[in-house]
Amino acid sequence: MKTDEIDKKYSNKLYESAYDAANMCVQCGYCLPVCPTYLTMGNEAQSPRGRINLVKMAAEGKIDILNDLKEPMELCLGCRACEVACPVNVPYSEIYESALNVIAENKKASKSSHTMPDKLLQTMLKNLFPKKKHLRTAGSFLWFYQSSGLSKLTQKTKIMEMVSKPMGQFERALPKVESPNKRYKFGEHYKAVGERKMIVAFFPGCIMDAVMSKINRQSIELLQKCGIEVVIPQNITCCGALHSHQGEVDATKKLAKQNIEAFEELGVTYLINNAGGCGAMLYEYDKLLADEPEWKNRANKFVARSRDITEVLAEIDEIPYEKEWRGVITYQDSCHLRNVQGVIDPPRKLLKSIPGATFVELKNSHLCCASGGIYNLLHFEESMEILDEKMLHVIKTEASTIVTTNPGCLLQMRLGIERSGSKNKMQGLHLMEVIAEACGIN
Amino acid sequence: MMNRLSTSELLNLIEQEIPRERILDSLANRYSYSFDASFGEYLPDIIVQATTKEEVSFLLKLANEHQFPVYPRGTATSLSGGSLAVHGGVMLDISQFEKKLIVDQENLLAIVSPSVITSEIHEAAESVGLFYPPDPSSSHVSTIGGNISENSSGPKGLKYGTTKEYVIGLEVVTPTGEIIRTGGKTVKNVTGYDLTRLIVGSEGTLGVITEAIIRLIPKPADRKTLLASFDSVINSGKAITNILASGILPSAMELMDNACIVAVENYMPSGLPTEAAAIIIIEVDGYKVAIQEEIDKCAEVCERFNATSVKVAKNEQERERIWKSRRMVSPAITQLGPTKISEDATVPRSKIPEMMERLGEIREKYKLNLVVFGHAGDGNLHPNILTDIRNVEEMKRVEDAVSEIFEAAIELGGTLSGEHGIGLLKAPYMSLELGENGLLMMKKIKEAWDPKNILNPGKIFPEEGQKKVVLI
Repeated sequence: MKTDEIDKKYSNKLYESAYDAANMCVQCGYCLPVCPTYLTMGNEAQSPRGRINLVKMAAEGKIDILNDLKEPMELCLGCRACEVACPVNVPYSEIYESALNVIAENKKASKSSHTMPDKLLQTMLKNLFPKKKHLRTAGSFLWFYQSSGLSKLTQKTKIMEMVSKPMGQFERALPKVESPNKRYKFGEHYKAVGERKMIVAFFPGCIMDAVMSKINRQSIELLQKCGIEVVIPQNITCCGALHSHQGEVDATKKLAKQNIEAFEELGVTYLINNAGGCGAMLYEYDKLLADEPEWKNRANKFVARSRDITEVLAEIDEIPYEKEWRGVITYQDSCHLRNVQGVIDPPRKLLKSIPGATFVELKNSHLCCASGGIYNLLHFEESMEILDEKMLHVIKTEASTIVTTNPGCLLQMRLGIERSGSKNKMQGLHLMEVIAEACGIN
Repeated sequence: MMNRLSTSELLNLIEQEIPRERILDSLANRYSYSFDASFGEYLPDIIVQATTKEEVSFLLKLANEHQFPVYPRGTATSLSGGSLAVHGGVMLDISQFEKKLIVDQENLLAIVSPSVITSEIHEAAESVGLFYPPDPSSSHVSTIGGNISENSSGPKGLKYGTTKEYVIGLEVVTPTGEIIRTGGKTVKNVTGYDLTRLIVGSEGTLGVITEAIIRLIPKPADRKTLLASFDSVINSGKAITNILASGILPSAMELMDNACIVAVENYMPSGLPTEAAAIIIIEVDGYKVAIQEEIDKCAEVCERFNATSVKVAKNEQERERIWKSRRMVSPAITQLGPTKISEDATVPRSKIPEMMERLGEIREKYKLNLVVFGHAGDGNLHPNILTDIRNVEEMKRVEDAVSEIFEAAIELGGTLSGEHGIGLLKAPYMSLELGENGLLMMKKIKEAWDPKNILNPGKIFPEEGQKKVVLI
């Protein structure tokens, strides 16, 4: 096909998939004050209202998908705060995902724009994230790297920063990986302590499973200690969020189906996760599979049983705390937990329940920290501008611990602590690490 | 319009004083600044994000020298097309202007830069026990510069007056690029012509506001809210005028017609009486003892005019519930159609019942989704037509209906616009309200300030041959 025919094909596709939704926008601008990229970039094209309008323009064929629409859409964090702010309920994420999908397909069709980072990302999405063995191996390497003293050497020589600035900075912010032999096992049941209150499946995720397996292990032990039996489903895989954000709809659907099947086999009460981003993806499998009649019903049932771990713990009357926490704790919401799953109070309730801890609300905690999946790797400068702004508020809380509920946010906040020079006074932890520790689980 | 210079020549000129990263000219950016919250799509050639008055002055001087149009813009929440680049040229984005927000507690005023979001002023004032009453429903998004330019005010106009009553001093860059000051820090000021009032509501045609001095008042101690339903619109209107006649000045009096009530209940059930022809929400504020007496009296008057139910909110939760139903009107009615034409025809409040009847007739005649809500206390009604811009036949009927709404408002002694401004859409009707000579005087003022017509052209004044609103 000629280039202009390709263009027409994809603008038509965008019209089909997103125009009606985009047309719902009354351009009132209520989304502007909650959009992190608009707030830092100050440009209408980097606002939800602007992006929706650009999708409309691209669907009408007035602007080009790759030349004009691609950049603003890729610079969206997908935090979905705009959906909550929207007075007329414009389904932004539908528009966003449709646009990303059309952009991805258009990129593939017009090979010229197939850049190296794109290719690398594609390969990783296809071969790494869905394969937990590969990822676990990578995690083990990381453990070896950290515990052998190699990481100290690279940090000292700044060799990593010379290869890539973002990679170098994130390397330093990475939490300490736990020894591979402490890992929980797929297919295993972990019995409740005392009388069993319920039995749940635990969703380990991919990144969480590979490099933050300690948080997963602590989450499992905490649930056990609260009287809950935990199963790690044998065939569970990556949630698909990273694929979805890169416009890879088919790959996302494939992963979703595998997860639904893996969960169905178990017959347990809930599927519990501890990562806001994964949770949001699981929470919307019904939307993802809405056009596949044989899967829709199964997805509905799956969604109805999907829970964030804080929701379940917040309902337990007495968390078995064993020791006091010292210092002020503040909390940065995971956008996907807050804006998509609507989980706002449970994490706060838990933090307030910790003996000895003082909880201080973070101003603008509802605004994204700009981790956004792997946004911070793909758009490092833009992301850091938002993060540095966020850290100003964090420092004002005078907290010694900043807590998050998602691996991406956790890494980002740890990087923020580094960048703001607060490493000696502040630590970044996952909520489960804090609760587990207060319950004597190390 | 930009026939003298090519875009790249113009870019080079602007770049001499303004950093390149604040000059936007990609197609994506041009489309992103081609709209506001009304409709119509006009591509500017270049967007300039000015951050200082010197930059604004530089740009306007350049515009005069090379004759290209400049359109000031805040966050473009305007419902009248006030910031649209109707003749191409340069969009002057003021939303990124250096921020300044100083509350002067002793003198009861605030000094603000145009880019400050209106709700930030509310917060700053309230944090020291003061109050800035103008509160357009876009106040969390819109800039104070935009609010002043459009004189947009919201529900509190009845008791506290509109934005123009609060602006006492301005720093303005004139269309020829001079930086001037009008008014000052004193509430009393009769030195010469009142240019401050002239600029407020001039829709960015007479100058670009770069600083404003606004008056603050003490924050009322308490408030009480009531919801009354009626089975006739006439009775609700009578209740409103009789409450005012009884010597009570509520801080807000809001009206919703049956179509709005039904839309809200379908969208998000709030316990509103769907069979009522209209409901009114009345809020009084002031000292605790006084407002109890006042709200009782309001309830009494509503009952006298056959209200089918009167409920006074017992606590903040109930009060919030009432106001939430009012705030839900806009989102709820958009379920009736994707294109929303929001009008703000305003009539003397004694004419509200009559205006409501006329609007009912227009709805029937043109068979449209026409709903009415608004700030009844000050006669500022918001007839909204919900349609779909892709339905050409219906849009033509909408055009006629909109014309009739304006005519009705003026016949009843009212005005074309209470708070949205004239912008593009109402320009054709200006002489209807002002008469030819009245309009001519306004044009002369514009010509004196802006001899080359470079600042926000195409607004307020009808272009030649423009006789009625054209939506598509």
